[in-house]
Amino acid sequence: MRFMVLVKASKQSEAGATPSVDMLAKMGKFNQELIAAGVMLDGGGLKASSAAAKVQFAQGKRTVIDGPFTEAKELVAGYWIWQCKSLEEAVEWVKRCPDPMPGEDSEIEIRPFADLEADFPEQAAEARALLDRAKH
Amino acid sequence: MDDTRRAIETVFRIESPKLIAGLARITREVGVAEELAQDALVTALEQWPRTGIPERPAAWLMQAAKHRAIDHVRRGQLLAKKHEQLGHELDGGAIGAGGGGDARAGSAEDMINNLDDELGDDLLRLIFTSCHPVLSPEARVALTLRLVGGLTSEEIARAFLVPMQTIQQRIVRAKKQLADAGVPYEVPRGEELLPRLASVLEVIYLVFNEGYAATRGDDWVRPELCEDALRLGRVLAGLAPDLAEVHGLVALMEIQASRLHARVGTDGEPILLFDQNRARWDQLLIRRGLDALARGEALGGGVYTLQAAIAACHARARKPADTDWARIAATYAQLARLAPSPVVELNRAVAVGFAEGPAAGLAITDRLGDALAGYHLLPSVRADLLAKLGRTAEAKAELARAAELAGNARERRLLLDRAAKL
Repeated sequence: MRFMVLVKASKQSEAGATPSVDMLAKMGKFNQELIAAGVMLDGGGLKASSAAAKVQFAQGKRTVIDGPFTEAKELVAGYWIWQCKSLEEAVEWVKRCPDPMPGEDSEIEIRPFADLEADFPEQAAEARALLDRAKH
Repeated sequence: MDDTRRAIETVFRIESPKLIAGLARITREVGVAEELAQDALVTALEQWPRTGIPERPAAWLMQAAKHRAIDHVRRGQLLAKKHEQLGHELDGGAIGAGGGGDARAGSAEDMINNLDDELGDDLLRLIFTSCHPVLSPEARVALTLRLVGGLTSEEIARAFLVPMQTIQQRIVRAKKQLADAGVPYEVPRGEELLPRLASVLEVIYLVFNEGYAATRGDDWVRPELCEDALRLGRVLAGLAPDLAEVHGLVALMEIQASRLHARVGTDGEPILLFDQNRARWDQLLIRRGLDALARGEALGGGVYTLQAAIAACHARARKPADTDWARIAATYAQLARLAPSPVVELNRAVAVGFAEGPAAGLAITDRLGDALAGYHLLPSVRADLLAKLGRTAEAKAELARAAELAGNARERRLLLDRAAKL
C-alpha cells in the first residue's frame, strides 16, 4: 500500500529559520533507515509559504493568492511517499521519525493513496472509456 | 487493548527479520532462531501493554531472546561434551580439546561478544540461507517470505492459492532440511557468491511474477506480492550495493510494476503492452527503475540488468511509435550472448523487424523452426512479419498453425481473429 506522509509546518519553519545541523543529521539517518527497509519511495522538503502561491476556486472564478499563508500548522513543510503493508506500519515508522520541529509542537499526517478503480469502479471505467475514445 | 496488541505486532513485524537474523548467528539454526523470536514476541505482548512500547524495540526484543539463545547453545555444548566423553571412554583414549570446527565448540560468551557485528550482515546471511539451493524453489519462497518478509503462513498461503497447512509443512520441512544439510550460516564468498546470488534473485523474481501474473478478480493479496518482492529486492540492494544484478532485478521489477494498473481491462482481460494506456503507467516507479538500472549498468550489468534495459526502452516511449527498437534489438543481442536461448532470438527478431524492416526480422525466425517447434509464438511472430511484407496467404497459414499450438481457448480465438482480418 502506498502512503503520503506529510510533515506539517510550524512557526519556525514558516519563518525560514535555519534548521539545526543535529536535526538534519538525524533526519538523514532516518531517511537511510527507510531506504534500507525498502519503505521509502520518494520524499522532499518544501519552501516556506512565503515562496508559494495558491489558486482559489469559488463561484466559477479562479483567484491567485500569493504567500505567505496563515495557519502554519495547516501547511505542509515536507512530504514522503512510502510503501507499507498497512496504516499501522506507516504509523510505527512515523513514531521513529526524529522530532521534525524541535522546540515547537508539530504534526505528521499519514494519508493512504486512494484507489479509484477499487473504490469507484463504474466511474473509473466510464472515464477510461471517454479518454480512450478521445485518443482515436 | 486491541489497538495496543496490533501496534505491538506491527512493531514485531518490522523488527522480526533482523531479530531472527541476529539470533541465527548465535544458534546457527534459523528454525530455532525463529522460535526464539516468537518467544520474545510473547514476552513483549505480556509486558509492553503495561510498560509501553520501548523506544528501541529491536534492542529490547534481542535482549529478551538472547538469554534463551545462549542457553540453547550451552545445552547443545553440554550434550556435545557428554557425547565426547562417552566416545573417549569407549575408545579408551585421553580427553582432548573440543570437537570439530563446529561453531558450538566456541564458547557462548564469545558469541555474545561478537554480537557487535553489523545486524545488516546478519540479515544478508539470513537471506542467503533461506534461499539456499538445497531447498526447492517453493520451499525457498515460503521460508524467505516468512523469515525475511515477515509474512504469516496464512498470508503466504492466500497469496499462492494453497492451503495454509501446505505452507506450514513446507516451512517446517525447509528448516529441517537446512539443519540436516548442515548449511553454514554465512554470506557466500569467492566463486560461490554469484551462483548463490542467482538463487536469491530467482526467489525474489518468482514472488514478483506470482503477483504480476494475477489478474483482476483474483484475490487482491496477489498484486501485493509485487510489493513484497520489490521490498525484498530493495532491502537486498541496500545490504549488497556492489552487486550489479541486484540493482538489475530491482530495476526490472520497478518498471514492470509501473504497468500494473494499465495491464488489465475493466473486464479482467489482459491488455498487451502496445495497447496499454501509457498515461496509467506509474512514473514514480519508472523513475526509480531507471535509477536502479543506471546503478546496475555502472556495476557491469548482467541478465536481469539487460532485461531491465529492454523494459526501460518501452518505459521511455510516450507512445508505441516512439519506441527505440534499434536499442532494444541491440540489447537482445547482448542478452543472447550472455544467456543464449531461442526465445531471446525470437524477441530479437521482433525488435529487428521494427528497427530494420520485416524482412530482416523474418530472416532470424527462419533459423528457429527446430528449436521452437511446439511454441505458438514463433508462427505468430512470423505471421505478423509476413503480413507486413504483403505475403498474406503465408501469414494466414502461420496463424492457423499458431492457433493449433496455442495454449488456451482465448489465445486461439485471438489468433483466428487476426487471420480472418487479413
